[in-house]
Amino acid sequence: MDKYQINHLRELEAESIFVIREVAAQFENPVMLFSGGKDSIVMFHLARKAFWPAKVPFPLMHIDTGHNFPETIEYRDNLMEKTGARCIVKYVQDTIDQGKAVEETGVNASRNKMQTITLLDALEQEKFDAAMGGGRRDEEKARAKERFFSHRDEFGQWDPKNQRPELWNLFNGKKNMGEHFRVFPISNWTEMDVWQYIYMEEIELPSLYFTHKREVFQRDGVWMAKAPFMQLKEGEKLELRDVRCRTIGDVTCTGVSLSTANNLQDIIQEVAATRVTERGGRADDKRSESAMEDRKREGYF
Amino acid sequence: MSGKESGYLDMELLRFTTAGSVDDGKSTLIGRLLFDSKAIFEDQMEAIERASVRSGGEDVNLALLTDGLKAEREQGITIDVAYRYFATPKRKFIIADTPGHIQYTRNMVTGASTANAAIILVDARHGVLEQTRRHTYIASLLQIPHIIICVNKMDLVEYKQDVFEQIKSDVEDISSKLSVKDVRYVPISALVGDNVVDRSKKMDWYEGPTLMYLLENMHIGSDINRDDFRLPVQYVIRPQSKDYPDYRGYGGRIMSGTLNVGDTVKVLPSGFTSKVKTIDLFTDSLKKAFAPQSVTVQLEDDIDISRGDMLVKETNGHEPIVGQDIDVMLCWFNERKMIAGGKYTLRQTTAEMRCMIKSVDYKMNINTLEHDPDDLEANMNDIVRVKLRTTKPLFYDSYNLNRNTGSLVLIDETTNETVAAGMIV
Repeated sequence: MDKYQINHLRELEAESIFVIREVAAQFENPVMLFSGGKDSIVMFHLARKAFWPAKVPFPLMHIDTGHNFPETIEYRDNLMEKTGARCIVKYVQDTIDQGKAVEETGVNASRNKMQTITLLDALEQEKFDAAMGGGRRDEEKARAKERFFSHRDEFGQWDPKNQRPELWNLFNGKKNMGEHFRVFPISNWTEMDVWQYIYMEEIELPSLYFTHKREVFQRDGVWMAKAPFMQLKEGEKLELRDVRCRTIGDVTCTGVSLSTANNLQDIIQEVAATRVTERGGRADDKRSESAMEDRKREGYF
Repeated sequence: MSGKESGYLDMELLRFTTAGSVDDGKSTLIGRLLFDSKAIFEDQMEAIERASVRSGGEDVNLALLTDGLKAEREQGITIDVAYRYFATPKRKFIIADTPGHIQYTRNMVTGASTANAAIILVDARHGVLEQTRRHTYIASLLQIPHIIICVNKMDLVEYKQDVFEQIKSDVEDISSKLSVKDVRYVPISALVGDNVVDRSKKMDWYEGPTLMYLLENMHIGSDINRDDFRLPVQYVIRPQSKDYPDYRGYGGRIMSGTLNVGDTVKVLPSGFTSKVKTIDLFTDSLKKAFAPQSVTVQLEDDIDISRGDMLVKETNGHEPIVGQDIDVMLCWFNERKMIAGGKYTLRQTTAEMRCMIKSVDYKMNINTLEHDPDDLEANMNDIVRVKLRTTKPLFYDSYNLNRNTGSLVLIDETTNETVAAGMIV
């Protein structure tokens, strides 16, 4: 590489910073969605870089299902305090209490789908016209067709067959009243890029990503964490294991993996050697062949 | 660069696009690249196997890997550009996989706009067809720096050298009339894997590199214009905080060229000049920066600068052209046809303004590569040469010199849709 070239992570970084600045410039009231997972942590880090030494000129928003790992919430609150950023928290429980959603029942019950209702309500209440998310195109096949700037109609829906062409560095955020955009600044990053970048930039992560002892049980070949709101099926039993999270979502639908990786280099090795996509541990995607596309059409992240 | 970056993180990023229809074996080729570089995971493979059985196929259909939307799987066609990722120890690759059926031009233009390289597939049995001409033309129109012609299905023509040489000479006939910089030819069989990642044992007569070797090694450092410094101002950064009471930085992505602290820069459109005080990227203070970095620049003098303005250097190379009348090759993207005399919103770098389509010079017949001065109607997927008049001055370079400052899109003012992509002549 000659002296006028940057590595792949710096190029991805430059692209993401460009997209984030474009959002701040083109929209009146943008928001950045924050889940406490590694992708949103990286996205927020990029936002801080984009505007430094000024503060990030938009708030973050966390859609809290109430089924989080407590470590995630603790990490979130610490990060906000350290960086002086503002994080709005919206609760799925409120959506349920208002009668806008009915809790799923059964052992596989999850609040994952209900987040969409809470999210769309929040966007409308707060009059956000663009919501940035940490979605990546390598995660899932419907996401492979997502634009950086993804237009949503007044019902928050995605029309994958009628997306705006996106060329060069030119992003079109024009819309009518009531419509909004979802923007995905780290579209072009892979799971490996995210981990390498975290390593390169020495970004602090929730402890869940590193190995720890936890009570877990196996369901459909996936290890799940014990939690107060998780019901065990017949035949499932709790075991104490060395595990870590490969992705962090809701406890009800995020599998953990057996691992003794306790530092970033070990995790990168593990990601390099692994043969299953990170969403392979996500029960929310396994519901059907087009589970992700269907949820995205409705307005999911 | 820190120690970490010079270690195993020292990889370049290469973006390429693939052109060709399913029948040319495009999906098989992509599947092969992903598979051989271990970018297909077990659960993805299982999902493909499940879907292959459901759609009645017998073999595992690698095309299902690239067809992400429900409608696409049902109809067995690809509708939209899909992005794929894989990496080897040398490079990270982004594939813009463009469909070969409907809306072909629109999708290929989109995928080509950011590509370093285009892979154009030719079926060895059929030789050069109209679509090969179309693909090569679009690659040249979009100024993709490297074109790789893959003559596929060599296994079905008994690996004969003369078949390959004939196709090579036919493509050379086409490319000699176009402005293409670097064209390579590789005889392959995507199905069997000949010359994709591993060298073929059946084509001793071919002494060139495999496709993967080309992708990993071709020189892309000069793909970006390194001479003419251009920084379109994207966002003005003013913390107005206790620690930074007077900080005033211009955030943007360097589109071309390099910038050093102390350089004299000129601000367009005002024409004022000043010296670079600092180049910041977060807490790092840089001595120099270059395309495609995103940085924040502070100047020595207080000048009124806002989004849409451009910082340029006068020293070496070209200066941008400033003007309101521009000639553009326009690719029309929308179902609503172009209206001659119509007004549209124009976006170029970080600037936005209105424009009018003053006249249409000709329509390009992308199958024969002839100009048609009588058919001046632009429907979806048509390419026309037009004259635009903008409401205020545009700072630009010709697209051939600078892909980032010579490109624009048009937006329909009633539907807000992106209706056309333009390359400034």
